[in-house]
Amino acid sequence: MRPSGLRASVVTLCVMLGSSSAFAQDSAQTVQQQIDQLRQELQQIQQRLSELEAKASATAPAPSPQSPSAAPAAPAAQPAAPVPPGAEGAGGPSGALPLYGAAGGAVSGSKVFNPDMAVIGDFLGAAGKNDMQPDPFSRAGDHPMPLAMHESEASFQAVVDPYARADFFISFGEEGVDLEEGYLTFTSLPGGLLAKVGKMRAAFGKVNSLHNHVLPWADRPLVFYNLVGGEDGIDDAGFSVARLIPNPWLFLEATGQVFRGDSGGEGSPLFQTTRRSELSYVGHLRAYQDINDDTNIDLGYSYSRGHNGLFASNTLINDGSLVTQLHGIDATVRWRPLQRSIYHSFIGRTEWIWSRRDQPTGLQSGSGGYVSADYQVGRRWFTGVRYDRSNRPDNASLLDTGGSFIVTYWPSEFSQVRGQYRRTNYADGPSANELLFQFQFSIGAHGAHPF
Amino acid sequence: MKKALLVLFAFLLAAPAFAQGKLNVIATTEDLAAIAREVGGDRISIDSIAKGYQDPHFVEAKPSFILKLQKADVLIAVGRELEIGWLPPLIQQSRNAKIQPGAEGYLDASLQAQILEVPTGQITRAMGDVHPLGNPHYWMDPENGKLIAKEIADKLSQLRPNDRAYFTQRQADFTSRLDTAEKGWLAKMAPYKGTKMVTYHRSFPNFAERFGLDIMGYVEPRPGIPPTPQHTLDLINEMKRQNVKLVLVEPYFDLKTPNAIGRDTGAQVLVVPPSVGGVKEITDYFKLFDYDINLIVEAIKKSGAGK
Repeated sequence: MRPSGLRASVVTLCVMLGSSSAFAQDSAQTVQQQIDQLRQELQQIQQRLSELEAKASATAPAPSPQSPSAAPAAPAAQPAAPVPPGAEGAGGPSGALPLYGAAGGAVSGSKVFNPDMAVIGDFLGAAGKNDMQPDPFSRAGDHPMPLAMHESEASFQAVVDPYARADFFISFGEEGVDLEEGYLTFTSLPGGLLAKVGKMRAAFGKVNSLHNHVLPWADRPLVFYNLVGGEDGIDDAGFSVARLIPNPWLFLEATGQVFRGDSGGEGSPLFQTTRRSELSYVGHLRAYQDINDDTNIDLGYSYSRGHNGLFASNTLINDGSLVTQLHGIDATVRWRPLQRSIYHSFIGRTEWIWSRRDQPTGLQSGSGGYVSADYQVGRRWFTGVRYDRSNRPDNASLLDTGGSFIVTYWPSEFSQVRGQYRRTNYADGPSANELLFQFQFSIGAHGAHPF
Repeated sequence: MKKALLVLFAFLLAAPAFAQGKLNVIATTEDLAAIAREVGGDRISIDSIAKGYQDPHFVEAKPSFILKLQKADVLIAVGRELEIGWLPPLIQQSRNAKIQPGAEGYLDASLQAQILEVPTGQITRAMGDVHPLGNPHYWMDPENGKLIAKEIADKLSQLRPNDRAYFTQRQADFTSRLDTAEKGWLAKMAPYKGTKMVTYHRSFPNFAERFGLDIMGYVEPRPGIPPTPQHTLDLINEMKRQNVKLVLVEPYFDLKTPNAIGRDTGAQVLVVPPSVGGVKEITDYFKLFDYDINLIVEAIKKSGAGK
């Protein structure tokens, strides 16, 4: 600002102050009236406030003896988020929602070490008649179970430390909770070893090691209900050690497992321990080879041995229960053209299992297996067919057979709807024709795709 | 005698460095392998898992890949959960402590790169197979290629300090060549800046941002969700309204819906590989941009989409 401009401004300011002072003198009486009016209103407000305080103290509960005399410090301001649209009212939350873990700036800083969590729901239904197996997915009990929230599997998976990771799969059924698997995997052992300790599905063949939600069927093949412990299969607490066998030709892996000796579900017994020494064992040899980029073949041999909880009828001393042995072979051929891998694929599987079960009445040698083919016809549609055949474990002269047609629709990677026609010819009863249907869905962490 | 002892001593000192041999590097994709090859030269052996012409989200966790990882000194992953459906079980079964996440031999190539489409606010699966850590197709920007190369050079140097100068020099050379090439690509695309197009999946945001393309829609209604009739209809109407004349499709997606969109809108459907190895002509990182940019420029000229 130039000096002449400054001078002019000062003169203007003086004129304004002078005129305002004159104006104040003229209206002093009016201002005094307004002040008196405000004072009167303030007195009225103070009176109302006193009345309200007296009313509140009359309705408040008396402080308990345990209450601290001093008022607690006010909590720190909690970060908040708005309630999502549509969630407010009707019992839903209202107002701002707290953002836990956001304090301190590092969002979910305290949660980064939480395990990956997911829940997979498995809803099953069945129509048709089956007098021999009223529960279409289990040999246990006689309850018909036409509709069931069969399983809700919660998974918790995380790295434990630089040497190991942990995986837990907890299965919530309609009637209880079961630890399906919970094990520690040592990922950094020398000698090409991979060791696990905990409860786990045994590496016996292919299907035994698979969870329900990765099976291409709503049920499990007949041979597993008859000879390999039903839906639970060989699933027990113990140790597992697997080693890759170096060779220039193919992937070769040998697995040895030792378990407590209790496997198989109600209605499909397999191993049952009666003494600490009655452990069960599983051995598995897996050979895998890529035929080309699109096609590969997977072959396996499995062996398992355990006590079945039965005793020889002529034994007076408990020198251990009788033994069941299983031998199995499995073969899988996969075809998936890499450039169209999300649209078309084929998986052909077969497993054959031989059971040698010592019983008080003598040795029962039965066998069984399945052959299946699954073809992906489009990005969302899969079809399949399966043939089943199996002897009974406790009476190998009885032979059950069956077959299934399966259609599966995947709305997305995280849900699927399946229909399965199943026919079972029982050796000692009427054949069953059933329509099984299944809804599966997954929430939470993105799991690994099955292979 | 003294001379002979000195020679022997020098040989013994040199022996450990010589005995180290080549670093065995495994990359999850051919793009990362191509950049690692540029940086590592003859001091590394390099192999990859996913082929350039397959969908990198849906790779099968084949046991043959376990054998590759078992012998790896370094594993380079794209990260941002691109490989979440198949890499974790492979690493777990590799029996290789060196490449476990967090170990010295594990490299997430995304850590320095410019990542787009990082979701903010609440995300749910209703948005499709959304990547919570941002779009993982970041290698489709040559600027990110330079950052990936820097990360790889640092990692290789960390594991082979004796070869640091070699890796640094090769990385600088790669960056310099990429700078030159990028100028050419930018010049080639400059006349077509702002050209509107549609892509099948969200594979090209970094590419579009670098070269000034405007992706106005996707054939997929949401990431990983196959096209629905209603979405396709809406997309066709919007393409007609905005006069969009190009549809870019990754080589692993079915062309049925894009072709139908093309027929209805008069748009040209282009199969554009987002990866090295997407077609046999794309044998390195430079050829990836050469091929894609030539393809897009020719298509724009032909269709008049850039006008």
